[in-house]
Amino acid sequence: MDLGEAVLAALRLIAAADAAVIDAVRVSLQVALVATLLGTLVGAPLGFAVGTAAFRGRRAVEIVLTTLTALPTVVVGLLVYAALSRRGPFGGLGLLYTRSAMVVGQTLLIAPLMATLTMALASGADVRIRETALTLGATRLGAVWTLLGELRRGALAAVATGFGRLISELGVALMVGGNIEGATRTMTTAIALETGKGEFALAMALGLILLAVALLVNLGAAALAASR
Amino acid sequence: MSDAYALRDVRVVLGGRPVLDVPALRLAAGATTALVGANGAGKSTLLRLLAFLLPPAAGAVTFAGVPVTYGAAGLTALRRRVTYVASAPYLFRGTVRHNVGYGLRVRRRHDPAAVEAALAAVDLAALADRPARTLSSGEAQRVALARALALAPEVMLFDEPTANLDRDSVPRIEAALAALARRGCTVVLATHDCEQAARLASAAVTLGDGRLLTA
Repeated sequence: MDLGEAVLAALRLIAAADAAVIDAVRVSLQVALVATLLGTLVGAPLGFAVGTAAFRGRRAVEIVLTTLTALPTVVVGLLVYAALSRRGPFGGLGLLYTRSAMVVGQTLLIAPLMATLTMALASGADVRIRETALTLGATRLGAVWTLLGELRRGALAAVATGFGRLISELGVALMVGGNIEGATRTMTTAIALETGKGEFALAMALGLILLAVALLVNLGAAALAASR
Repeated sequence: MSDAYALRDVRVVLGGRPVLDVPALRLAAGATTALVGANGAGKSTLLRLLAFLLPPAAGAVTFAGVPVTYGAAGLTALRRRVTYVASAPYLFRGTVRHNVGYGLRVRRRHDPAAVEAALAAVDLAALADRPARTLSSGEAQRVALARALALAPEVMLFDEPTANLDRDSVPRIEAALAALARRGCTVVLATHDCEQAARLASAAVTLGDGRLLTA
């Protein structure tokens, strides 16, 4: 099957709402959305604190966080696998090869990225924002909210970047999810499997959907950022 | 006349470098005081100290007869009695009206009439629904003034309030400052325009190289 035929077959599968395609898209979106949310909740406050506070060792913390963003997904997958496998410290939870395990792995993968992006955003913010909020009577927490509001374009871009990284990652999804059809099979694990089997049409269909999802996420983030 | 502020042996350090040294300074409540001096004299630093935006590294600040304790939860309450208008004010995203209502919103006070009155006082009513970021620097300065006027604080601190304005706008802003003084508001303005200081202020404090020269 050449590339053109694969694209046509892929479009037919999408038009027919093929069950395998729908399942993989659903699992990918569920896991990536939850992990993006959790990773943002963990990483963004940390990044904000590091980006706005002055303390001894700040540079070292910045370097550690930045280094963690380069962690290969298979390394994160390996660590989470070791933690969740039967002999691991959290083996008793029985999470391995579940969507929860994938969420844990992807959250660990994305939290340093969210922290680093938030840190860059906060440390580069106009210092007058916080000072203006405070002199107009905002509490310290209120001034932080105002700052976040003023930086929302960058914050949304950071979240979209995080989601884009997770929706397209393979290592964690494959190693701790196990690529179980209908349960933990994502678009990326299905693409890897179907390509290995020579089923280019399904792989191509999922690849096209993956691109479309990435495009939609970025368009949505841009529209939100442009709103008042 | 009682003191709005009394400073004793106050020193401000920024980035490890001393930037302001004030052995003793009293600013009368209800008066208009001009801070004069060249660029880098320490006028803006003193204003930010008076606005409770900068803590002193040493010394004591008394506000309305009460010693100021920095780092305490009471700082927000103190800041709500004093409003600082910077020389290059930051305008929040949103409309001019949204900006002018900011201080009231954070106080959970719903007072559209105060917002409209503040807009009218600086002749900005016609621009109220314009995105604030599209304004000229002179108009932005007026938005910042209206934002402070809407709060009717006890003390208003102005850093070069007419520096970005065209010649026609200066009298309007100066009239607004004079009206504040007539209402009994304590006004402190930093300026390097000595004529403006003479027109508006009843007292002057001269700073040079981060030190108090005359008070």
